[in-house]
Amino acid sequence: MITVCRIEDLPPGESIRVTEGVPAPVALFHTEEGEVYAIDDTCSHQDASLSDGWLEGCYVECPLHAAFFDLRTGAPTCAPAKFPVRTHQVSVENGHVLLHVSVGEPA
Amino acid sequence: MRSVTVVGASLAGLSAVRALRAEGFEGDITVVGKELHLPYDRPPLSKDFLKGDVDAGSLALSEPDEYEDLEATWLLGEGAVGLDPAARTVTLSGGRELRTDGVVIATGATPRTLPAADGLAGVHTLRTLDDALALRAELRDGMPRVVVIGAGFIGAEVASTAHRLGLHVTVVEAQEVPLERQLGRDMGRLAAALHSDHGVDLRCGTGVTGFSGDRRVTGVHLADGRVLPADVVVIGVGVRPATDWLIGSGVDLDDGVVCDSGCATAVPGVVAVGDIARCPNPFTGRHARIEHWSNANEQSRTAVRTLLSGTSAAPPATAPYFWSDQYGVRIQLAGHVPAGAEARVVEGDIDSRSFAAVYEVAGAPVAAVAMNRPKLFNRLRRRLTPALAAVGS
Ligand code: FES
Repeated sequence: MITVCRIEDLPPGESIRVTEGVPAPVALFHTEEGEVYAIDDTCSHQDASLSDGWLEGCYVECPLHAAFFDLRTGAPTCAPAKFPVRTHQVSVENGHVLLHVSVGEPA
Repeated sequence: MRSVTVVGASLAGLSAVRALRAEGFEGDITVVGKELHLPYDRPPLSKDFLKGDVDAGSLALSEPDEYEDLEATWLLGEGAVGLDPAARTVTLSGGRELRTDGVVIATGATPRTLPAADGLAGVHTLRTLDDALALRAELRDGMPRVVVIGAGFIGAEVASTAHRLGLHVTVVEAQEVPLERQLGRDMGRLAAALHSDHGVDLRCGTGVTGFSGDRRVTGVHLADGRVLPADVVVIGVGVRPATDWLIGSGVDLDDGVVCDSGCATAVPGVVAVGDIARCPNPFTGRHARIEHWSNANEQSRTAVRTLLSGTSAAPPATAPYFWSDQYGVRIQLAGHVPAGAEARVVEGDIDSRSFAAVYEVAGAPVAAVAMNRPKLFNRLRRRLTPALAAVGS
């Protein structure tokens, strides 16, 4: 488990990329609805960083070819992505955003 | 409408098939493809695929289970040579005639060549998977000296890939500033600088007059009299829409297939999509062919709605979008840069090759460009106004 930042540093509508203390980069999102989600940062399609993507509800649009991923499941909802990205557990405790990285294959 | 034939089995063709099924079309779909391959992704052909980092399998645009769901018949390895709207037939190069109620034209474009290089081994264009395989084999055979003709996006990507392979590369560009029409003068100069940043020799304002070599190319002759020694030459001087098979069909041809904003052609029951379709575009303010990956993807839904309903459907509302990866820099461009407009940097700086910038007309953003700034770029891109609306306001 790693402490990523304080929740104020990740206001609703924002995203952040975590590279330290994780086997592969992770993207964290704070949705406008107030949920915090974490998924693999690298798009399952080609080489793009999902933390640079456009957040819409609990979906993120890849900044390169506009595939949508469901932040809750990591599943793509449209082409060109064909494969899911992994999701990771994230919690907010005492104002800190905590990330529990999952290992293994995407669901 | 009980049957639709999609002519062209690339991204635009596949997207059309997907759109047909998504719109509830339950009739027969036949896809005609000149190449033997099922639809594959072209952008990596000048980048990772050319370098050898990814294989052909990873370029597949779809999977067996999707093909099963789409229930289309794929006729591959044979191009279309004729369309007869009165008889409702598409004729294939082997002579076979397909009867069809509706036609989606998605034959794209073919690279322009230089007649002086005809028949010379070692001279390449890059459009198809087979083109990329042939070029890749030659780039990875020893240490060939490479000359790229044309410093547009394809030429620059090929030069960058050859450079990453450790090869000696020279780029020749006829214009004084590469990509000036697409990006404006300042950004065009910056695109030129990406080559020199990496020690790749770029010669601008120089035309090519001929080639030396008997059966295989050995040199490229420039208008200023110099000769560049070359083992491999790549010609990247633009494309020609693949409309030959439509001559005499009644479909209106003029640098592509002339369409209305809903992708309808002059012939009822025939629509066009992708690189070949020249539709009125609010961002360019005139008829334009948009040779972009994202357009092939998005326009298909419009075309299919038009085909199925018989009345022109609404065009995609998004600004044309394009990206290019070269020399470790990701360039993203959206909207249309009007002649004479220059970009204003809104974040980052040009020297670090990391910035986002907008082009404005009458104070309204009509285009955005970025290098290595995808996040802000995607926000800017959503705020773009069509150039016509900007002028009108
Ligand atoms: S890299 Fe994400 S959709 Fe292509």
